[in-house]
Parts: sequence; structure tokens; C-alpha cells
Amino acid sequence: MKRVYVNEQWCLGCHLCEYNCAFANSGMTDMAEALKGKTIFPRIHIEGDDKISFAVSCRHCTDPICVKSCIAGAIRQQDGIIKINKNKCVGCLTCILVCPYGSLALGEDGVMQKCELCSGNACDEPACVRGCPNHAIVFEER
Amino acid sequence: MSVDFIYPEFEVIRNENRCIACRVCERQCANEVHFFNPRKGIMQSDETKCVDCQRCVSLCPTRALKIVKSDCTLRENANWQSDTIKEVYKQAGSGGVLLSSMGNPKPLPVYWDRILINASQVTNPPIDPLREPMETKVFLGKKPEKISRDPIGKLITDLPAQLELSMPVMFSAMSYGSISYNAHASLARAAEQLGILYNTGEGGLHEDFYCYGKNTIVQVASGRFGVHEQYLKAGAAVEIKMGQGAKPGIGGHLPGTKIVGDVSRTRMIPEGSDAISPAPHHDIYSIEDLRQLVYSLKEATNYTKPVIVKVAAVHNIAAIASGIARSGADIIAIDGFRGGTGAAPTRIRDNVGIPIELALACVDQRLRDEGIRNNVSLVVGGSIRSAADVIKAIALGADACYVATAALLALGCHLCRTCQTGKCNWGIATQRPELVKRLNPDIGSQRLVNLMDAWRHEIKELMGGMGINSIEALRGNRLMLRGIGMTEKELEILGISHAGE
Repeated sequence: MKRVYVNEQWCLGCHLCEYNCAFANSGMTDMAEALKGKTIFPRIHIEGDDKISFAVSCRHCTDPICVKSCIAGAIRQQDGIIKINKNKCVGCLTCILVCPYGSLALGEDGVMQKCELCSGNACDEPACVRGCPNHAIVFEER
Repeated sequence: MSVDFIYPEFEVIRNENRCIACRVCERQCANEVHFFNPRKGIMQSDETKCVDCQRCVSLCPTRALKIVKSDCTLRENANWQSDTIKEVYKQAGSGGVLLSSMGNPKPLPVYWDRILINASQVTNPPIDPLREPMETKVFLGKKPEKISRDPIGKLITDLPAQLELSMPVMFSAMSYGSISYNAHASLARAAEQLGILYNTGEGGLHEDFYCYGKNTIVQVASGRFGVHEQYLKAGAAVEIKMGQGAKPGIGGHLPGTKIVGDVSRTRMIPEGSDAISPAPHHDIYSIEDLRQLVYSLKEATNYTKPVIVKVAAVHNIAAIASGIARSGADIIAIDGFRGGTGAAPTRIRDNVGIPIELALACVDQRLRDEGIRNNVSLVVGGSIRSAADVIKAIALGADACYVATAALLALGCHLCRTCQTGKCNWGIATQRPELVKRLNPDIGSQRLVNLMDAWRHEIKELMGGMGINSIEALRGNRLMLRGIGMTEKELEILGISHAGE
């Protein structure tokens, strides 16, 4: 299955992936309108410092511990992609505790959100990949 | 000084309606122009630091930024133009020699733009390169004077060492140190993929790039940085750099701040020490001395590699080239006054040397007149900007062209001409690791390959239009060129007729 990978050697820490992610999941057509003056809740995060940085998003584990741990049954695996049913999430944050990658976070609406490889929005391929200026984020089979 | 005489050259225009304060401009500017004002919640900029490299403009996700030339004007004066006045202010403030980078930006004549190319009509058919074979391959090196046969009549095909290029273009010398590891990696990988050559410049060859040896020209310059036996043997050819178009008559100076880590090891000089290339080679004061170095290098490489002598285009270039053609060199590379550099004194860059078009025409003619044109191949550089320039150079008598500025543009260079600061935001002319990694060689080499593929297509189209199906048939074919808006003298030197003649 194709997943989002980060080659940290080429990650510049420019944070554009975060903004592209937030825009892609905003459902709007104009980036300035979607993000101007707002706190963004991206599903990918840049970690690191000036010297080394890398983007972290859901690894879409083959044996996902978040799915097993969800007390509300809100997280499911569909065609390899791990998705959240926002209507079922009760906000217990157990998934945050168990995820070894720190890939889940609370969304703007107070329930969990995570990277779903842009399968639920209008992008053809993950927006973070398409917008990465240095091809540090790639979408490929490994 | 408390008073700054110079108003910033550029203004950063930010469209507040579009700016989402993502701060990518701030993070990507090594000159620290942009900053976030948390009190106002907006991005601001200090345009005094802006060099107009356009990195922020290119990365801004909402196209909220543009850089424009400041319209703050000094009183107009045709003699004392504002750039001249500002240079006086700078020198009065610093007491130093003015430094600049890349090629001569002055509005001096570009002869390429005054030369027009022929095409076939009615009496001779043009060729469609999409339907018929078209040869762009060239061989550089000494060619035999005449066909000779052995006692039983078989052709003698032993040739001196030759370089084979899939198209008549090579990437010219840029040292590791003046440009980054990733820039070199991009050039080397592209050269290999394209079947052409790139040039190490005078800074030695990084150990990681020995594997691209058959696509590498190794340079020996006056500082002899990084020159050793394996280095000479690693390349496909050895180039002796006598001069450079951007700064004829002077050497080089790579500041100690850029001599870090691998650059120091590759150059074989201590970290932090300035790399100063002398103006002359101290062992070359005559053509006879040059001959000694040419043959020393040939000895060192077992006569298996052609030796290139690179000189800047200067006033008596024809006589100099004639001497070089008799020195045993296989290839002469001539660099015109518009060639680029990582740093040069401004006065030298802008006032010394001559245009490559004139130098090429007079050298080719001189070598032909003296019957020694086959002794050498001619490679010309110094602002070859397009496939049309390549075609014109070939028709004027060149065997191949050196391109560097165009290659750097392909890698992202925006010709801001501040390489000397070492803060290249595009990861090209810098050694700061966080900037170097901005140039991903996967992207860089692909863009170089794309550029050269495009040029190759255009070269074929232009040749086809003339009814010529091989580069060899175009070389020195000045009948294919006409001048426009030139004096009799200029046409005479270029050896071409005026349009309409």
C-alpha cells in the first residue's frame, strides 16, 4: 500500500505541509480565505529544529494499536487506511496515549482527527506530498 | 556610520489580504528579511537585507509576496547614474574593493542577438527532425591532418584521446566550495544521464563523485587545490585553467568560512584557511612553460585523456590561442567577458575582457589561416543562454559550448548576484548545511536533464530548418549566419555578411 514517507535529509522544516494539510481538509477553494487569521489544526506536524527536521503523520500501521485501543470503536481500518468516525469519537484521548508516533491530535471540533491520506477530501494525492518544495515528503510503496 | 546614504534597492510588497502568516518566508530567508510581529499578528519585513533572490516569492503558498525595485530615486543624471553614485557611497563607507557575483550585467552589446540564422526554402529542402535522423554527437580533441594508410593499405584509425558528447554542450567549471555538494551532485548526475561532461572547477573532486569520472573534466588551476594522481586519473579530461571570463587576469579567493569539512578535505587545505588562487600559474610564463604542464599532465594520465587549456577572452586572444594550439593541448576553452563567477571585483567583472562571439570568430579564423585548426577543438563559454546561442557558436566555428549560468538557473538560481555572501537561499552557492539541503539533487539533476533535452530538440529543429542533419556539417559554416545592425568592422571580425547580402 502507498503511504506517506518523509526523507528527513531533504525536509527543510518550512512547515508548508502543515498549511497545505489544513487547507486541503478545510473544504474551501481559496487558501487565504481558509486559513487567514485562524489557528490551524493540521494532521501532519513538523518535528525537529534548525539542523534536522521531519514531518510526522499517521504511519497507517498494518496492525494499528489505535484501532484496538479505541473505546468507542471510532477508529477503523479501511483498505489499509486508518480512519476516524468523528460521530463516534468520545474524546477520551486513549489513541493519543497509545500511538507510538504521536500522529493523532484533537481537531478544531474537539474530537480526534488524523491523516487519512487525503482520501476524504478533494485532493488526488496527499496535499502535503504535492506541496512539498523539496520532495522530502513522498507517497509511495515501500 | 550613523547615516546610511543608500536607500534599500528593493521593496517587499505583501498582500495582507492573502498573507496567512504561515511564516515560510521567514523560515526560508537566510538574509532574515521577514519576521512575525506577534503584537500585530502580521508578517513584516526589513527590506534593507533583501537581495531579491525570490525564494520567499516562490515558496509563498498564497502568492502574497512580490519583490519590486524601489522607486526611491536619486536625481536623474545620465553621467552619474544611480548605481554609480551608490557604488561611490559604498566605497566611501567601506574603503574596500567592490565585490560582485555571476556575469557582467552591464548593457554591453550581445552579439548573439544581432546574428540571425538561415533556413532552407524551395531550392534546398529543410529536414524534419521528428521524421529523419539528426546527429548532435560531437567528438572533442586533436584530429588527424590527413587520411593515412599502413603499408598494406588499411586506414590508420589511431586517434589521439577524444571526448564524446551526445550534444555540443558541457557544464562549465564551478568548484566544490564555490557551489554546494548538492549542486555538484546534480551536475554530475545530469551529465551522466545526458552523455555529456561537467567540470569540477578548481576545488578538487569530492570522493563521492569519482563514480561519475567518465563524465567529469578535472581542473588544474593556479592554486592546484585538490590535485593529486588519482584526481587526474579520475576524469575523462584534464583542464588547465589559465583564466576565467568574469575576472581575466586575477586569481580566486574562497574565504575561509567556506572551507569547512569536506570542502577542506577535497581541496587538501586546512579548515578555515582562505583558498587563494594566484593570478598566474607561477610555473607558466610562456607557451613553452604551458607546453611543459600540458605534457606533465599527459604523462601523468598515460596520454589517455585530452588536455584542455581554458583562457579568458582578452584583446589578443587569437595570438594566445594560436600559441595554445601549438602547445600540445587538445582542446582550447575560451570564456567570454559575460561569464559568471562566485565572486569577482566588480570593476574587473564589468570592464575586463571581450565578448565571446568576437573572440570565437577571430580565434577560429586565425587557427584556420595558420592551418592548425585541426590541432585543437574549440569550446566556448561566457553566457551561452539558449539553443540558438549554441547553434550560432557552432556556426561561428566552435566545437562545443560550456554553460554554467543557464545550468544554475535550472537549479533554482535567480541571478541575485550575491553568491559572495555565502547565504544562497537556493542551496547552490553556499556551504551552510541547512541551506545546502534545499537543493535536492533528485530534483536538480532532473531539471538539468530537462533543460538540455529541450535544447537538444531545439538544436535539431534549427539544424533541420537549415537543411543540415549533423552538427559536424554546421561547424564553421558562417554562411548560415547574417548580422543585423552591425558595423562593417564587426561583420568583418565575425566573418559574416549583413542580413540582405
